[in-house]
Amino acid sequence: MTNCPTLIVMVGLPARGKTYISKKLTRYLNWIGVPTKEFNVGQYRRDLVKTYKSFEFFLPDNEEGLKIRKQCALAALNDVQQYLSEENGHVAVFDATNTTRERRETIFRFGEENGYKTFFVESVCVDPEVIAANIVQVKLGSPDYVDCSNDEATEDFMKRIECYKNTYEMLDETLDKDLSYIKIMDVGRSYLVNRVMDHIQSRIVYYLMNIHVTPRSIYLCRHGESELNLKGRIGGDTGLSFRGKEFAKSLAQFINEQNIKDLKVWTSQMKRTIQTAEALGVPYEQWKVLNEIDAGVCEEMTYEEIQENYPLEFALRDQDKYRYRYPKGESYEDLVQRLEPVIMELERQENVLVICHQAVMRCLLAYFLDKTAEQLPYLKCPLHSVLKLTPVAYGCKVESIFLNIEAVNTHRDKPEVGQVFNTNTLMHSSPANSDFIFSLQKIGVCLH
Amino acid sequence: MAASPARELTQNPLQKIWEPYNNGLPAKHSAQRGVCMTNCPTLIVMVGLPARGKTYISKKLTRYLNWIGVPTKEFNVGQYRRDLVKTYKSFEFFLPDNEEGLKIRKQCALAALNDVQQYLSEENGHVAVFDATNTTRERRETIFRFGEENGYKTFFVESVCVDPEVIAANIVQVKLGSPDYVDCSNDEATEDFMKRIECYKNTYEMLDETLDKDLSYIKIMDVGRSYLVNRVMDHIQSRIVYYLMNIHVTPRSIYLCRHGESELNLKGRIGGDTGLSFRGKEFAKSLAQFINEQNIKDLKVWTSQMKRTIQTAEALGVPYEQWKVLNEIDAGVCEEMTYEEIQENYPLEFALRDQDKYRYRYPKGESYEDLVQRLEPVIMELERQENVLVICHQAVMRCLLAYFLDKTAEQLPYLKCPLHSVLKLTPVAYGCKVESIFLNIEAVNTHRDKPEVGQVNDQNNE
Repeated sequence: MTNCPTLIVMVGLPARGKTYISKKLTRYLNWIGVPTKEFNVGQYRRDLVKTYKSFEFFLPDNEEGLKIRKQCALAALNDVQQYLSEENGHVAVFDATNTTRERRETIFRFGEENGYKTFFVESVCVDPEVIAANIVQVKLGSPDYVDCSNDEATEDFMKRIECYKNTYEMLDETLDKDLSYIKIMDVGRSYLVNRVMDHIQSRIVYYLMNIHVTPRSIYLCRHGESELNLKGRIGGDTGLSFRGKEFAKSLAQFINEQNIKDLKVWTSQMKRTIQTAEALGVPYEQWKVLNEIDAGVCEEMTYEEIQENYPLEFALRDQDKYRYRYPKGESYEDLVQRLEPVIMELERQENVLVICHQAVMRCLLAYFLDKTAEQLPYLKCPLHSVLKLTPVAYGCKVESIFLNIEAVNTHRDKPEVGQVFNTNTLMHSSPANSDFIFSLQKIGVCLH
Repeated sequence: MAASPARELTQNPLQKIWEPYNNGLPAKHSAQRGVCMTNCPTLIVMVGLPARGKTYISKKLTRYLNWIGVPTKEFNVGQYRRDLVKTYKSFEFFLPDNEEGLKIRKQCALAALNDVQQYLSEENGHVAVFDATNTTRERRETIFRFGEENGYKTFFVESVCVDPEVIAANIVQVKLGSPDYVDCSNDEATEDFMKRIECYKNTYEMLDETLDKDLSYIKIMDVGRSYLVNRVMDHIQSRIVYYLMNIHVTPRSIYLCRHGESELNLKGRIGGDTGLSFRGKEFAKSLAQFINEQNIKDLKVWTSQMKRTIQTAEALGVPYEQWKVLNEIDAGVCEEMTYEEIQENYPLEFALRDQDKYRYRYPKGESYEDLVQRLEPVIMELERQENVLVICHQAVMRCLLAYFLDKTAEQLPYLKCPLHSVLKLTPVAYGCKVESIFLNIEAVNTHRDKPEVGQVNDQNNE
């Protein structure tokens, strides 16, 4: 998706959501497979200056403070270069105020010298209520204010913001007309977008324009236990077992009790999720892209049958469960790509209940909880449990509610090293090592 | 809200969608994502001086929305004017003090809005694109009130451009050939049109960040160099904004073709993942030569992840990108069968497919309708790109072609995309020029026409 690396540069006064956006954007890009890392200059400052005393550190005439802050910015840029030029990073998010044109020019030149494309993300907000809410959400709990009362922290932080205001030079339509940037105004009421250069910048703009900060919760669960679940078979399109139907009724009761405002309900197009939704007695929307991972030739088999009939496939899957694609089927990696529109729409929506499947739920959960590709296929998503996700501060609060109807356990942990079926003998019988990659992802690779 | 006893589910035989049924009839309760994206209808209102690309954007946006399954129609007020005032005389019709002209133009706007209302409120349209200059705040307020009264969400799309070269190029592309100027020389037409633009300039009130802060709109500046987006209200507006921000007007061509003839093609079997036949390999070499001769600047080459398209691309000797979403339609249980075998083993399925080939989903497979949904990111990226060659498959190519040539869902599954032919698509004026080049290597014919009513095979005996 990216040719040269991209350097995203945040711009804005303190408490305008820069770190919130940085972390969220980083999480999203990593989830869709673009290696991204954020570099928070405030963190570099905390590592260097062990104890934060007061806002006076940020006064524009505090020579010592300015020197340290510049040093931190350069250290962060150094790490950015390391990440993008030596560690195969694709995108770096440089999270700092960057409120002067001079500072931005320094960073832009750094980008040019290293062959990075630079994209600025500015957050502009004058609404005092929003600023106050941000301070409560993420500043009062900051390491800087660990020994202060809330009132002391708020007062100091407001003075900190004042330190930046006089020298703040916003991105300007005329002066900065040749830069690539998005200016986000009033938490997303409006946007100014200038000179989007490539695909990844276009995706970043689309994502930033769809996220919001309105409080809400996302409920994730699987369909009720199905007939094939009971038989230990994967995939297929069967209906609910007796216990699965009990779960559906239990889910209806749970949802009722939660008293959720304007809840949207989404299902896949497989019978078992739709049957589950039917019990709720509310309108629901069917998404084909929420269908369970396609196990191809292994559909409706038990794991024992797969191991017996396709021993190499079985072993390959345990070696790299994220990238492994079933023959004539899909991989978790494919799932993430097809679920991206679901994530985008979940970001747009408010209260949503998604009734889906094990692999699908793992992918969605990995997005919200910032799990890696290695962790994702082993996330625990048991039948008959609902996960309630509520955005808070920079992350997501998770509540797990088991609805007290027994069900089979469909989870397989990653096998221990010794337990891995002996692929070495199988692999030595294949001509070239590159065949291994071909077998895993079922992607045609030219054997030159 | 008490939980009612769960309703029984039945699987619709055509689309394989599970629906609840009451007394044997499917109940309308669930919605299917992809079809039902909009709650209340949306009224898109174009804004801008003449020759700023409003009609270009209207038509393109309408084509895109219809392709992704959102029923959309454009209403060009200039067309209403041409229908009413049979002959166009001169720019003087548009002078701000021409009472007669003003009266007619207002009449046309109201007639168009009347048809908008018919389309959105009575004909199940989801989106209407109201294409006119709409350059005064007063006119926009009238339209906004109309939208509110009818329960439509209004979204403005303004195109602002001051670059004289762009304006001149627009005039050449789409104005000189307009019915208004059918009896004029190019110079006469250009001169008159420039004066026409002047008629609007004095009364032009652009969308304003302060005065119009409560409206939903996108302001497109300098053909997409920058955008101002205000108060996007819902999913469809978000998709419209994303689309508008990805299209461009840089001249380029898109080449579409299928993989070379495959082993399964030779056997008359559908789907699968086999390699090229001998003739298919010859085609690949021929394609390489053709591409070379075209001397295309910075050509990107895309394939699916199926062996036959990749083998075809390999012969070109240039880098290419594999897209899984370009894979051929999944025929589910019918994969690798001949049509005869399908008819024999799945006679009902075979008949259903001929009844509604667009919506028909193979058991454990896909429909053309599903294909369109998975190809949408390809279309979006094709819009962003410049010169691209897409080596794909029959059903996939039909879907892509339908987007570029504005074909309906009924026409799409029957578009002719024979093996060993390349289609070169070049955007021109409001549409797309198509050149079809057969690369002179024989191949089997994989096309099945829509059966005649009488020809539907012996399902009657079933």
